[in-house]
Amino acid sequence: MAAEAAGSGGGSPASARRRLRIISGHLRGSPRAAGQEALSPSPCKAQGGSAGPAAGSIPKKRQEILKWNGWGYNDSKFIFNKKGQAEFTGKRYRLGGMVLPTFKEWIEKTFGASLEHKTTSRASLNVNDVPPPIVNEEFLQDLRATKISYSQDAEDRVFRAHGHCLHEIFVLREGMFKRIPDVVVWPVCHEDVVKIVELACKHNLCIIPFGGGTSVSSALECPEEEKRTIVSLDTSQMNRILWIDEKNLTACVEAGIIGQDLEKQLSESGFCTGHEPDSMEFSSLGGWVATRASGMKKNIYGNIEDLVIHIKMVTPRGIVEKNCQVPRMSTGPDIHHFIMGSEGTLGVVTEVTIKIRPLPEYQKYGSVVFPNFERGVACLREVAKQRCAPASIRLVDNAQFQFGHALKPQVASIFTSFLDGLKKFYITKFKGFDPNILCVATLLFEGDREKVLQHEKQVYDIATKFGGLAAGEDNGQRGYMLTFVIAYLRDLGLDYYVIGESFETSVPWDRVLDLCRNVKERIVRECKEKGVQFAPFSTCRVTQTYDAGACVYFYFAFNYRGISDPIHVYEEIERAAREEILANGGSLSHHHGVGKLRKRWMKESISDVGLGMLRSVKEYVDPNNIFGNKNLL
Amino acid sequence: MSLSATATRFFSTSKDELTSKKRDEFEDILEERRLSSDLRYAMKCYTPVIYKGLSPCKPNAIKSVVLQSEQVQYVIKQLAKEMGESPDIIQEEAMEILDEMGHSMQLGTVRFFAFTLSKIFKQLFQRVCVNEEGMQRLQRAIQEHPVVLLPSHRSYVDFLMLSYLLYTYDLALPVIAAGIDFLGMKIVGELLRRAGAFFMRRSFGGNRLYWAVFAEYVKTMLRNGYAPIEFFLEGTRSRTAKTLTPKFGLLSIVMEPFFKREVFDTYLVPISISYERILEESLYAYELLGVPKPKESTSGLLKARRILSDNFGTIHIYVGQPVSLRTLASGRINLCPYNLVPRHLPQKPTEDIQEFVSDVAYKMELLQIENMVLSPWVLVAAVLLQNLPAIDFELLIEKTVWLKGLTQTFGGFIEWPDNLCAKKAVMSGLTLHSNIARLVDGHVVLNDKGIEDGAVGEIVFKRALVILMCSTYRNQLLNVFVRPSLVALALQMTRSFRKEEVYSSFSFLRDIFSDEFIFFPGISLKDFEEGCFLLTKCDAIQTTQQEIYPTDKGSVVVSFLSAMFRPFVEGYQLIFRYLSKETKEAFTEKQFVPGVRNFVFQLLEKGATQCYEALSSDMQKNALAALVQLGAVKKKKIVVVVLLLLKSITIGVPAMSPCLALAVCTEHCWPLKTLRHFLACLLRKLIV
Repeated sequence: MAAEAAGSGGGSPASARRRLRIISGHLRGSPRAAGQEALSPSPCKAQGGSAGPAAGSIPKKRQEILKWNGWGYNDSKFIFNKKGQAEFTGKRYRLGGMVLPTFKEWIEKTFGASLEHKTTSRASLNVNDVPPPIVNEEFLQDLRATKISYSQDAEDRVFRAHGHCLHEIFVLREGMFKRIPDVVVWPVCHEDVVKIVELACKHNLCIIPFGGGTSVSSALECPEEEKRTIVSLDTSQMNRILWIDEKNLTACVEAGIIGQDLEKQLSESGFCTGHEPDSMEFSSLGGWVATRASGMKKNIYGNIEDLVIHIKMVTPRGIVEKNCQVPRMSTGPDIHHFIMGSEGTLGVVTEVTIKIRPLPEYQKYGSVVFPNFERGVACLREVAKQRCAPASIRLVDNAQFQFGHALKPQVASIFTSFLDGLKKFYITKFKGFDPNILCVATLLFEGDREKVLQHEKQVYDIATKFGGLAAGEDNGQRGYMLTFVIAYLRDLGLDYYVIGESFETSVPWDRVLDLCRNVKERIVRECKEKGVQFAPFSTCRVTQTYDAGACVYFYFAFNYRGISDPIHVYEEIERAAREEILANGGSLSHHHGVGKLRKRWMKESISDVGLGMLRSVKEYVDPNNIFGNKNLL
Repeated sequence: MSLSATATRFFSTSKDELTSKKRDEFEDILEERRLSSDLRYAMKCYTPVIYKGLSPCKPNAIKSVVLQSEQVQYVIKQLAKEMGESPDIIQEEAMEILDEMGHSMQLGTVRFFAFTLSKIFKQLFQRVCVNEEGMQRLQRAIQEHPVVLLPSHRSYVDFLMLSYLLYTYDLALPVIAAGIDFLGMKIVGELLRRAGAFFMRRSFGGNRLYWAVFAEYVKTMLRNGYAPIEFFLEGTRSRTAKTLTPKFGLLSIVMEPFFKREVFDTYLVPISISYERILEESLYAYELLGVPKPKESTSGLLKARRILSDNFGTIHIYVGQPVSLRTLASGRINLCPYNLVPRHLPQKPTEDIQEFVSDVAYKMELLQIENMVLSPWVLVAAVLLQNLPAIDFELLIEKTVWLKGLTQTFGGFIEWPDNLCAKKAVMSGLTLHSNIARLVDGHVVLNDKGIEDGAVGEIVFKRALVILMCSTYRNQLLNVFVRPSLVALALQMTRSFRKEEVYSSFSFLRDIFSDEFIFFPGISLKDFEEGCFLLTKCDAIQTTQQEIYPTDKGSVVVSFLSAMFRPFVEGYQLIFRYLSKETKEAFTEKQFVPGVRNFVFQLLEKGATQCYEALSSDMQKNALAALVQLGAVKKKKIVVVVLLLLKSITIGVPAMSPCLALAVCTEHCWPLKTLRHFLACLLRKLIV
């Protein structure tokens, strides 16, 4: 905590900049030279025949900086050091290099896991296991003629055969995918994509677009029965900002750009999009469009559907786009809504014009402790009703509060530890909050300094009415930091027989409490029935508020020792949890999308006719199923 | 012969479970009471086990929660708008309803009951036996999810005993749905209210405010986990000791919080309460014969205290396995309709849901039946009724023992101590029921003293009284026997061994008797197979792919079984004869029962029939209900009187030429020919 406190100057513009640093701080090296160049509308980098290497954060060889069998950067991970204490490595995150003294105990207590029982992933990919590529020589000839960069390397192919679902990571660690892409191509601009799609149509191939690879819906998995050559179309090298329009506050960006690069480059001109999904370090703009993404700060900036002004998409039928870049139009159903959420089944999004905002002057974190989850939800509901939600407001349940607590770094001074003790005493003893029931809301305010302070007061006043107590900036900030590192935790868990995943839904306000309670209970029960020996970690948080409801996010993990087929058990439980969500009036997905993982519920979700409408669009746009990833429908 | 797959899955008793079921041991709770002070027992430290999610609140707080609930407020506003009244007035009305309805459980009253009931129960009963494992299961269930107790209903003792039991075992006392009639009793009504009874009007279908308030009251208590909710699926005390067909209203109310996912799950606990001798046995017999039931009154209760000197034997209470509603509903219900309407709006359940509620109701009743304890006397009564006017004592013992074996084969739960010899068991039954039968010169005869003198009518009446009382005990066997017995009857009726034909007769009988016995809806074939299986098991029949035929030694079983159900076959024949001969085109339900009664009474006086049981108003109503269901009789509501429409039926016995038509005013008129054919079949088939 000391370390955090040291950097936090309360509400200075410095802190706003610092936050941006956090997010974009993962970038190594100096700003790339291509940056400036990219700010002029140049038709294509590939012009002149030399496909200049792109300078985005993610290189063509992803594995050079990213883990091949887990989440995130190679140099960032949780480990147990020689003293047996948990530690986070690397320098990319604020947690980097810090010791987490209570974490080990938490793991042992929560999962019944023990450091002595370890499973290890294989050390590297065994290239001999990789399924041989189905090669279409004529296509390769044509492809070579286009000078578009491609690869048939086994690693390149495997690392584009998956997203980050539990079973996919498990396969990487211990098995092999049955079907993977046969060729990987790296277009560097819209025209490249047009050529690739034309070739695919000509040779009847299957294209699976690949952006940041952060899918958690099995959307990137290759259909096993696909007999055609599968081309993985990696958009990562299409990552330029083509232009910025300061008058209309829009920017036209190539769809392969990943979130952190987009924000970093815009910030150089004093702008941001404000779109911050939890995966923003790795996920791409095109991916956001294709899955109907939602960002943490949607209360100010909106979700992707609110941000997008114009989309250019290459389909087998041709290019689809609008004739103008306007805030709204009445021209029949919005064609953007066929594209957003199409999950790569219709074509490749190549360029997006997105709304931008001036960088906020001021940012401030905050947190509120509530005596129980019910009061917390009631408070969030009231905040939503008064439409005064801060940039972000999240409510974590007790289990997640304790989880966050376990990730507190070692305190540097006796003074801070004394202060912590005092705070704890005040809340639990003086105010009578039960530490095993209380829950915490984390807040993030953004905007003009004065307005932020005003806004802050308004929100805290409401919280007080629901029994909430302000619990400081640090707690709030740590809550958001966790969002970025939590994905790393799964890799640690995997080493110790703990598997887990997150999933989300959206639900009307009046059902939030029932849904949270029932889904968690269902998970506990299913685990018991399936022979899971230690009670699972089953927890939730309300992550977004809307006028008519909320987005709820669940974490679920368990110790699988003694179970022969943990992934199958895991999937059955997740499926049961999803059925519970639907039975409680929740949606199939708020922002993760359907992919292949949740297809079976589509009919129930949008009715037969609804499904038919989507199918007929697919049939028109892509009659030969070139975009054959089999998602959604 | 197709069979709904879902129903089969739902009705999951497999053949093996039928007979090899292991049941819990019983403990006598009165034993302890006879050894220690009742006063200390009543004053004991009572810290009941409660629901884990309980938000504690007082009975009056519940009322105001209900009144302020969105559900009730919505209906109040609706009504105010429709009637142009101020919402306050309607709110006032709702408050009155709540005050009339609401319980006000108090520990003091509970202790008072604990004390007095200890005294009374010790007087009345020899033993009150409870399966302790069931109580332990219940204890766990109460902590886990809201619990609904579903006891069988044979006597007013039922709910008193159950509350007494829960008090004894330190479990949360239930709130009990009681008929509003109890409120007519001075003091007692209020006492019951304070012991946890809440009162519902007998019929309130049309009263939206009442329905809303009542439903919300029950649901609020359930959601909060305030206390286990207890009500009787049968709706009223069964006067015949046969399980009555279930009522669905309250059951669907208690299931709704789960459908709307306001609770994670709800436990339904079937409870079987079996009496060796029913307190109200003679009252019931009078009532069945048309002597009206005395109104519940305190003075009546005081008058009834003379029964305290009588002995009513043993009570067995079997608390069944709590059934998870979630498990029952899994994969069966589409909750989408509930997701598309705000949860506080009153919503008519979909057909799906209605069917599900009905299935659950039947399932629960079948579970009650399964765990009913049968005393040796029940067997004696069954044998005796087939051997009127008298049976040799030794023969009776022999047949009773034989029947015991058969009952056990069929999965009946007989409480017959291992070391007790048959003679003693039969004797003790006879002693306990000396008002029904007695031993005279080595023969057992019905106890119809004083019948010899008196007018013919009086003799018939008195005899009917004893026979109905006796049949009350035999009736306890019927639901265990009904499937094999209907197969046996079908075999006799069909005069063919072809399986298909036997099945079609079976299924006909099952339809005709659908209100008389408890059948899980829609699984006729499965019932048939189960009947055949049980008959095969006791070597009464042999089956091949195509045929079913009785074995040589099986004829005893087959004829015993069909004789057991003969009173129903004959009774229904008499009732149909009455309908086709005596009635006009249309009649009211009120006219029907006395009409049949007189008709049968005259036949009995003339000696033209021996079927005393046809006098039972229960059978008469069931027969009529079955006819309505089968479409032979049409029910039509005209203002309040229910008219049952029938047209010109003539019957010549034995050859019948029925011609039946529905009255002109019915919309769904069957063609006359079809109808005639139908009734002809009905009657012909019933002549066995």
